[in-house]
Amino acid sequence: MVRRIETIGNEVIFSFEGQPVTARAGDSVAAALTAVGISHLRDSVVSGAARGVYCMMGACFDCLVEVNGVPNRQACMTEVRHGLDVRRQSGGVEVRS
Amino acid sequence: MTRQFDVAVIGAGPAGLAAATEAAQSGLSVALLDEQQAPGGQIYRGIETASAARLKLLGADYAEGRPLVEKFRASGAEYMPGSLVWNVTIDKVVEFSRDGASSRIRADAIIVATGALERPCPLPGWTLPGVTTAGALQILLKASGIVQEDAVLTGSGPLLWLLASQMVDAGVPPRAIVETVPNGRLLQALPHLPKALWQRSYLFKGLSMVRKVRRAGVLIYRNATGVAVEGATFATALNFTAGGKPHRIETRTIALHQGVVPNQQVTRLLRCDHVWDSSQHCFRPVIDAYGATSADGVYVAGDGAGIGGAKAAAIQGQIVAIGLALRAGRGNGERLAHLHSALAKEASVRPFLETLYAPAPQILSPADDTLVCRCEEITAGSIREAVRLGAPGPNQVKSFLRAGMGPCQGRVCGLAVSAIIGEERGETPDDVGYYRIRPPLKPLLLSEIANFATSDAQEHATE
Repeated sequence: MVRRIETIGNEVIFSFEGQPVTARAGDSVAAALTAVGISHLRDSVVSGAARGVYCMMGACFDCLVEVNGVPNRQACMTEVRHGLDVRRQSGGVEVRS
Repeated sequence: MTRQFDVAVIGAGPAGLAAATEAAQSGLSVALLDEQQAPGGQIYRGIETASAARLKLLGADYAEGRPLVEKFRASGAEYMPGSLVWNVTIDKVVEFSRDGASSRIRADAIIVATGALERPCPLPGWTLPGVTTAGALQILLKASGIVQEDAVLTGSGPLLWLLASQMVDAGVPPRAIVETVPNGRLLQALPHLPKALWQRSYLFKGLSMVRKVRRAGVLIYRNATGVAVEGATFATALNFTAGGKPHRIETRTIALHQGVVPNQQVTRLLRCDHVWDSSQHCFRPVIDAYGATSADGVYVAGDGAGIGGAKAAAIQGQIVAIGLALRAGRGNGERLAHLHSALAKEASVRPFLETLYAPAPQILSPADDTLVCRCEEITAGSIREAVRLGAPGPNQVKSFLRAGMGPCQGRVCGLAVSAIIGEERGETPDDVGYYRIRPPLKPLLLSEIANFATSDAQEHATE
């Protein structure tokens, strides 16, 4: 279980895999997902193994997710906003035109 | 026109903030670029927005970030938050992406204040969701006020105890601390104790943290070996041996820590000379007493020059800035002697801590089947195999296996890969060397380069 030591106050609602997630304004996507117990953010590029937040400071690139259709976004470096559509990323990403 | 500054500072942690403030106050034009949206770096993460309750539980050392940030805000230095620096050239052009578009500035001097990264902790299962660095749990607490229940903290270093005591104060103590410090380390560290007594407040603080964590009923295991995370799609337990017995603690939250190391990305990109620090078990750029590297006009302040902690970082930032001001014929050096002696005092505790908390043998020489490069999923065994096939260093191992070629660009695995190669070849880390770092310093969207600010692009086209 995860606890917030303060009340959420200013709520922001975004979605992960189509499900609504309530976050605190100013949270990163990675923090907001951690707070609701979601740790599996992507499947790795080589073996397809489950991955999630590791460093929380933009260095490890293990928390890559798709944000509003753009892949390979660092969840820990992306601030939550109302209506953000966040998706789990599976394996490598195709180059799209 | 590319905007020109006297000084460009990269990083808004204690070193960068202090350097930018000091340089601006002495009349130099200063730009401070930082990837985060708010100042403080990782050590003072969330310092401007933390509630009174959060400030209290994070402690007095954290609160020291407040005046540092306030002085910076009032200094007149230009602050560029949300700026991802992706290239720095030897002619001191800094290229960065901000709000989806790139631009560049030019400076007479560059102060690299990019701080530290967590040392790689390759052990079985360390890539499973639920396993993070200890720093990650602390960032969650500082920046978002989030604490996870039943966490198990494992490894070595003061941060484990600091994090545990902050979690105790937050009312959510960790389940256990599993320390990998071998028996006998304290004895090895004792010769450094007299010097450390010069900065004894750190020692007392450490002892009081340990007492607080014990009193809170946190399970404490010492001299743990064979640490391994169990789980299929997420962490479910931590296994280890301690006191001659195997242990298994069920948990979904495991934090790893083996100390922090300088972030070398910018100084390696600039081909600054680096040296292996055998006490800190890491590479650091070679600098003089004023933070100057081997690259003309490039300076380093803070943990990026070798781990010294937040207070030392702020002092170093001031020293570098005063040095630059003096060279520009501004300010005076009256405070330099005082700052250098304050820095020496801060450093006095380091040899004791570095000996006591030297990284665990298990992570310096991971088992063959342990993943080392997380991005490209390369094991220690395959790195050793590449060395046996003739790869003499990290860049050849990178060519053979793609180790260090994923999106983190070797930030996480670099030191571990160099160490494994050195052990296999019987060479020192200085002989083995490190990954050659190239721009962009972080992966970018093509649109972030395509959207180069128009005036910059025109100038570039006519150059």
